[in-house]
Amino acid sequence: MTDPDTKTMTDDPRTPSSSSDGGDAGAAVPRAPMPTRSATSGAVSTATDREVLTAAPGISVTGLDAFYGSGHAIKDVSIEYVPNKVTAMIGPSGSGKSTVLRCLNRMHEEIPGARATGTVMLDTDDIYGSSVDVVAVRRAIGMVFQKPNPFPTMSIFDNVAAGLKLNGIKGVDLKERVEQSLRGASLWEEVKDRLNEPGIGLSGGQQQRLCIARTIAVEPQVILMDEPCSALDPIATLKIEELISDLKQRFTIVIVTHNMQQAARVADTTAFFLAGELIEHAPTSDVFTNPSDSRTEEYVTGKFG
Amino acid sequence: MATTSSPDVRRGGRSILERSPAARRADPLFRGILTGLAGLILVLIAFFFVFLINKAEPALSHQGVFSFLFTNDWNPSKAIYGAWPLVAGTLITAFIALLIGVPVAVAAALFITELAPRRVRGPLVILVELLAAVPSVVYGLWGFFVLIPKLKPAEQWFTDTFSFLPLVGGNVAGPNYFIAGLILAIMILPIVSAISREVISTVPADLKEASLALGATRWEMIRMAVLPYSRSGITGAAMLGLGRAIGETIAVTLVIGNSPVLGKQIFDQGYTLAAVIASEFGEAANDKVHAGALIAAGLVLFILTLLINAMARALVRRAENKGTKVKAVPGGLG
Amino acid sequence: MTALAQLTPRRRTTDRVMRVVLAIGTAIALIPLIAVIYYLLSKGLGAWSIDLFTKDPTGNFLGDQGGIKSALLGTIEMVALASAIAIPFGWGVALYLVEYGRKGRFASTVRYFVDVMTGVPSIVFGLFVYATLVLSGWGGSSFSGWKGSVALALLMLPVVTRSAEVVLLLVPDALREAALALGTPRWRVTLRVVLPTALPGLITGSLLAVARAAGETAPLLFTAAAVNGTTFNLGERMNSLPVQIYNDVQSPSDALVQRAWGSALALVTLILLTTLVARLASRRSRLS
Repeated sequence: MTDPDTKTMTDDPRTPSSSSDGGDAGAAVPRAPMPTRSATSGAVSTATDREVLTAAPGISVTGLDAFYGSGHAIKDVSIEYVPNKVTAMIGPSGSGKSTVLRCLNRMHEEIPGARATGTVMLDTDDIYGSSVDVVAVRRAIGMVFQKPNPFPTMSIFDNVAAGLKLNGIKGVDLKERVEQSLRGASLWEEVKDRLNEPGIGLSGGQQQRLCIARTIAVEPQVILMDEPCSALDPIATLKIEELISDLKQRFTIVIVTHNMQQAARVADTTAFFLAGELIEHAPTSDVFTNPSDSRTEEYVTGKFG
Repeated sequence: MATTSSPDVRRGGRSILERSPAARRADPLFRGILTGLAGLILVLIAFFFVFLINKAEPALSHQGVFSFLFTNDWNPSKAIYGAWPLVAGTLITAFIALLIGVPVAVAAALFITELAPRRVRGPLVILVELLAAVPSVVYGLWGFFVLIPKLKPAEQWFTDTFSFLPLVGGNVAGPNYFIAGLILAIMILPIVSAISREVISTVPADLKEASLALGATRWEMIRMAVLPYSRSGITGAAMLGLGRAIGETIAVTLVIGNSPVLGKQIFDQGYTLAAVIASEFGEAANDKVHAGALIAAGLVLFILTLLINAMARALVRRAENKGTKVKAVPGGLG
Repeated sequence: MTALAQLTPRRRTTDRVMRVVLAIGTAIALIPLIAVIYYLLSKGLGAWSIDLFTKDPTGNFLGDQGGIKSALLGTIEMVALASAIAIPFGWGVALYLVEYGRKGRFASTVRYFVDVMTGVPSIVFGLFVYATLVLSGWGGSSFSGWKGSVALALLMLPVVTRSAEVVLLLVPDALREAALALGTPRWRVTLRVVLPTALPGLITGSLLAVARAAGETAPLLFTAAAVNGTTFNLGERMNSLPVQIYNDVQSPSDALVQRAWGSALALVTLILLTTLVARLASRRSRLS
């Protein structure tokens, strides 16, 4: 399933660095075996990992090109997003990291004149396949945006349930699902007594967690995050970073961030983009302490961007 | 490849779901309906245009297009349809309307935007907008029973005093061009003022501050920074007012006298293209040529307003997009 | 430095004078409003009576002239039908322009013509309908209430479309994105996220168009014409308030003129109330 020619994470396990980032960010992990199609999704654990609660599939990108009209924004990118891990995408403005993200749930093509070509495999399906329904792709791959965007006309409860109600999904106990999702987003305790209040009445950090709850309420398999903390204050940011470490037990997570310290804190592996190309993708600690490409090194040491 | 399953997304190795064919048709259908509605507008306009020409044809072939527009003889009983008195009347009343209405509207716009204290601004805006809430027929009623009698003495005085001016002199008729123009001026005040206000408020603050910082008085700032910048936008606003004035029917027909003879001075009775349609409509019901002539008058109105409005909107749009043309250093003061 | 250095008395005077001039200009703009309202009240209130609103006009010049009941009801009926046509149509076109047609030649053309349509005189819309529906005798009798409604709807259409487009553009794209990212199909995003968010503003714009249509005379003169009796059959000639006023104004009878004032007051009140409700509706908007 992998393309050995591109710069993807290798099977070479490296010893964890001695950096004091809490948790597993630096642990090198051999790619987890793809869970079988059986209904039982047993926890797949590896050495120092947190226990995986629900095995999520990874995403495998091959030869992705993206265009805005005639502008060639993403050039032949191939990358593996490891199941139940957090992959960070970093790079200067305009490097294409957000564009790549939006190609993963086919939001890129919502921009007039934009299109993408290539193969993006979720589990065993190419989301760009000809018979694939874009709407279904987005139910399996959710997205959290930079600026929190709860629906202004809806209450907290309705916001979380929006993904289910808007799509007429039946057979789900809404109350239960909303509570689960709010718990999963570390927001339940703060809002459990005011579920009927408008969603926009919450603080910025709470709104973003509300958006996360909304995203996980439809039970996706992958969560994409586009600079989710850049509009938030440091305390709210920290809460969300803790949340991300919890979420990876159930989802595969891809996060775009312009904040390298954040990548160092939350990501298992980090991918560096420059001018529409993937330069390097390796365990986070390696990218920051021992990058193999000189351009990566220049970026992480702050020489540009 | 993809397998179908229940709509609720399950976890663990599940592949991408496909939606039912019916659900997948909803999006294109929705888009198609909306696109159809949008296209329908274009179809309707073209359709009506064609129909109008078709119905006007009996009159136009009878009279000839050029003759229709420029012959000074409107005599339906003799089947003569020279609409020049109507065209001239339309232009005269519109001209008077602009002459009186635009300065007042712009003055109000300037006052509200630049000079009025903040708290008064809102109420003033609402009051000017209220002028637009009065329907045409009510203006006609008021114009006929209030304005005409009350202004007659003043009009007579003006005529006697200034009879040396062209287009002034003779007997003052009750309903006349001037009153029609005056009523039209009132009716175009809201739109000219509103658009002027919008244009004036887009003048960049730093432009205004620059002249104030150089020591200009408020009026000088308006004259140097605001007016030049807003010139094309205000012109556009005036043209929108012109378009409105040309097409106004009911108020005009009640106060202009509906005389098919072209008046010789502004206090004579007159006629306009719009007024003739409203007032002669009844007697034209069974006369195809007469009805055709009225429809031709409407066609002229339609085309005129299309052109004027297109020009006006281009001007207003240009005003909103342009850069500064103002000299930062004031000249000619003192 | 420059000539600005000295604030001469002359410049100060000019400033003062011009300020006064502008203030006077504004006052001049408001005088007609006050005058119209004054006369409407002073001459119109006297005509208000129960009879005015509960009796149909009799068509007599002398003796009992009746009231304006059929006119009031006719206006309400015709404007209601016109709204039922124009509002969905206008919202639909606006939705197209905002959700699918932000760029592109077709959309720009439509947008341009809607814009241009706002400047078409109302009498021309009446002529449109007259030429196509009345002259051809479509639908039985030549003049009928529904044809008047069509003319009014044509008049309302560009107004509704334009105001709707403005409001829909105010809905932040972030909301559309959020809904799309949840796996919502486009049409649902539009109907269940965009439309509800924009609804207060949409209603305001529509009600303002309704207020405008209620006051129009010209389009009705040769589409719905006029009739004295109250009718609920839109397939026949129908009376309307503006047309009633128009006819009464031109009559030689003082009593009818007085009735015209009373009707005018009623019409203006109706329009102002509708405008007021429209403005109140926008207060509930959660958009900027």
